[in-house]
Parts: sequence; structure tokens; C-alpha cells
Amino acid sequence: MTNIGQQRKALTERILDGAGTASPSERRAAFENTGLAESVRTLIQKVATQATAVSDHDVAMARASGLTEDQIFEIVVCAAVGQSTRQYDSARAALDSATSKE
Amino acid sequence: MIKLIGYRPDFFGVHMKKVTHEAMRGSSAWSVVDRELMAALVSRVNVCEFCIKAHTAVAVRACGDEPKVAAVLSDLEAAPISEPLRATLRMLGKLTREQTVTADDMRSMLAAGVTPQQIEDALAVGFAFNTINRLAETFAFSIPGSKALDAGAKFLLAHGYR
Repeated sequence: MTNIGQQRKALTERILDGAGTASPSERRAAFENTGLAESVRTLIQKVATQATAVSDHDVAMARASGLTEDQIFEIVVCAAVGQSTRQYDSARAALDSATSKE
Repeated sequence: MIKLIGYRPDFFGVHMKKVTHEAMRGSSAWSVVDRELMAALVSRVNVCEFCIKAHTAVAVRACGDEPKVAAVLSDLEAAPISEPLRATLRMLGKLTREQTVTADDMRSMLAAGVTPQQIEDALAVGFAFNTINRLAETFAFSIPGSKALDAGAKFLLAHGYR
């Protein structure tokens, strides 16, 4: 049986709490796609829900606000992992609900 | 993919490779082909051309049945696959498209003969590829030619995602 629990936890802890160039609060906001500065809101929203629509302009907006490429890389990674985490958690909860009533 | 995984690997790549390898090659009742089909289908719903092509190539190389792989991606309901796999791909497609699924969706899968552990294993594939697809699109991976795709598929089958 596959068990990605441990690997997923290590990944999430690393990107949110490990050393980085973006602050932990910026990374957390991108992961949760909430409470974001105006300059990165569109970029993070698109990464989470419509990644095919991310444009050079969205990245340029983030850069113009003073973020470096490394900081942008980090918050984009956090946004992608955050959205996948919400999907995964939703499905696990649905599975728990379906199996507990049997 | 290699560029993304290789960029500051201690931040993301090292950990993501472990997640992906476990999801795609860890012990599971799903075969490697089944899981590559899941990866290709999630990528198709996310319209991630790079990932669709890469994982279609791995699935075709692994099962040697190109029409079957094409059928799964073009018309899931009519594809010549088992009902448990069809139900699982249907759920992964919905989760990817709508970001959520319901207990009734899960009951449908259980009724189709999918075990709870198989559902968990499929969700692991969904997690990995919903993450990777987003990053591939955001960082705009260029799509390799067929020769490079085939070489990539051969490597992933022989070595996995580590």
C-alpha cells in the first residue's frame, strides 16, 4: 500500500517552516491562498485554480513589488502544494465519511 | 521537469521526488500502468501539455497498448479498462476539475469494487500531479519532441521518480 503521509508532511514542513527567502507568513498566505498582498494575489490565485492562465504580466507584477525570483519561486511552490493539499484533504474526508457509515 | 526539480532542490525537488516516487512506484494494488494513466488523466484535466505527453508516453511504453491509453484520455466511459479503474479515474477527474468530491462519489467507487486503500493510493497520485501540473504550467515547460519523450519514458520506467 502506498503511504505518502510521511513524505507529504516533510514536503509541507520544508516549504512552510524551513529556511527560505520569502517570509514564513508570505509562504503560509500563498499556501492558503488567503490574506495575500495585492501584487501577488492574481498570480497565486491563478497558480491555485487556473495555472494555464498565469501570464508574464502576473509575474512582472510580483517582481515590481520588490520580490526576487527566489521569493516568487517559493510562494508559487507553496500555492501549488496548498491547493493540492486542500483537494487531497477534501477527498480523504469524503472517504472517511463514506466508510464510517458502512 | 528536471529543471524545476533541480532548482533549489533542498526547498522542493528532493521532497517532491519522494512523494512522487512513493505515489507512482510504492507498493500498491494499482499497477504502474494504472498509475501512469491516472497521472496522464489528471494532467489532461489540468490541460498540462507537458505532463499529458510525458505520462502518456510512460503508460504506452509500460503496457504496449497505445489505443487503450488514447481511449482513456479521449473517452473514459467507453475505454476498454476495468470498472474499478474507470470509477477511480472518474473520481480523480472530478477532484481535479472541481477541487472537491463527496462521500457519494466515494460510495460509487466502493460499489464499483475499489477498496479504500486503492482510493487512498489514487489520491496520492492525484496529489503529486495536481502539484506538478500547476508548477509545469506556471513555469511554462517547453514540450519535448517524441524522441526525448520516449527517452524520458524509458528512464521513468526503469528508475522511477527518485
